Amino acid sequence: MRRWLAGALLGLSIAGVAHAAIDTYQFADDAERERYHVLTKELRCPKCQNQDIADSNAPIAADLRREIFRMLGEGKDNQQIIDFMVDRYGDFVRYKPALTARTWLLWFGPGILLLGGFGMLALIVRKRRTQAAGGTVDLSPEERERLAKLLDKERTHD
Amino acid sequence: MKRWIMVLPLAVFLLVAVFLYRGLYLDPSELPSAMIGKPFPAFSLPTVEGDRTLTRDDLLGKPALVNVWATWCPSCKVEHPVLNKLAEQGVVIYGVNYKDENAAAIKWLTEFHNPYQIGIRDEHGTLGLDLGVYGAPETFIIDAKGIIRHKFVGVVDQTVWREQLAPLYQGLLDEAGQ
Repeated sequence: MRRWLAGALLGLSIAGVAHAAIDTYQFADDAERERYHVLTKELRCPKCQNQDIADSNAPIAADLRREIFRMLGEGKDNQQIIDFMVDRYGDFVRYKPALTARTWLLWFGPGILLLGGFGMLALIVRKRRTQAAGGTVDLSPEERERLAKLLDKERTHD
Repeated sequence: MKRWIMVLPLAVFLLVAVFLYRGLYLDPSELPSAMIGKPFPAFSLPTVEGDRTLTRDDLLGKPALVNVWATWCPSCKVEHPVLNKLAEQGVVIYGVNYKDENAAAIKWLTEFHNPYQIGIRDEHGTLGLDLGVYGAPETFIIDAKGIIRHKFVGVVDQTVWREQLAPLYQGLLDEAGQ
């Protein structure tokens, strides 16, 4: 029981660490707060590469959060804010990359692979089915002749 | 089943293996800079020493290195003697003192020698943000017209200078001389 309790406590404390970057910003309304959360989750920290800027404690992430807050206050829309970041830090900072000629494989590659997999599966299933039905196996004339001969041989043996 | 379908999994595996093998030798911390080929951003900031106001126009005319540094950055200390040596050889270096305390920066420059022909005081990191800086040290190469031609993240040492930056800088000098 005690061990279980300790485990639960540890889990709770780790959950707290995951959202360690806390700033105190006063938003005009809930919609703006919501947009702030969406944007900081969608932009990647250039310094600590596998964190979004909402999670990161790096100074640069704090600066970028402050910039986002400033731009929200100025009434910029999400696209303008994302463009601002991409202009400076490149496509790298977007966790949701734009759909361009360079990224279409990234967007559609998994879907294409999945469809390919289903296609293969359908082919195999169909082949198995015709084999199981057994009726439609086509033999060439030579094969028919050979089969007839073999069957004849068998009969004469009896 | 057709012969080629039997080879397909092997082919896919080999393709993936080639990509993964290449991936082993890529440095993920090396970001392509979005600023290459773009003009150096406009700014209006004071000098590190004294209180003159600097703008983008002060950086034009000569190809130069623009070095982003700070006293809180340990690798900047490693880099500093190399910059001093380059400045001695006549390389034009401008400094951007990034998110730093001005008094500490002045102390650093008097103690360790000042390699910068111009020192920009970017206390709040606004110029750094416009440059796409995400740490220090970072070094940009700009041409005589103020276009950013190259960005290097990390410590510039003799090898980096000789192999990467010097040929570029020399190329820009030749370009400007014509």
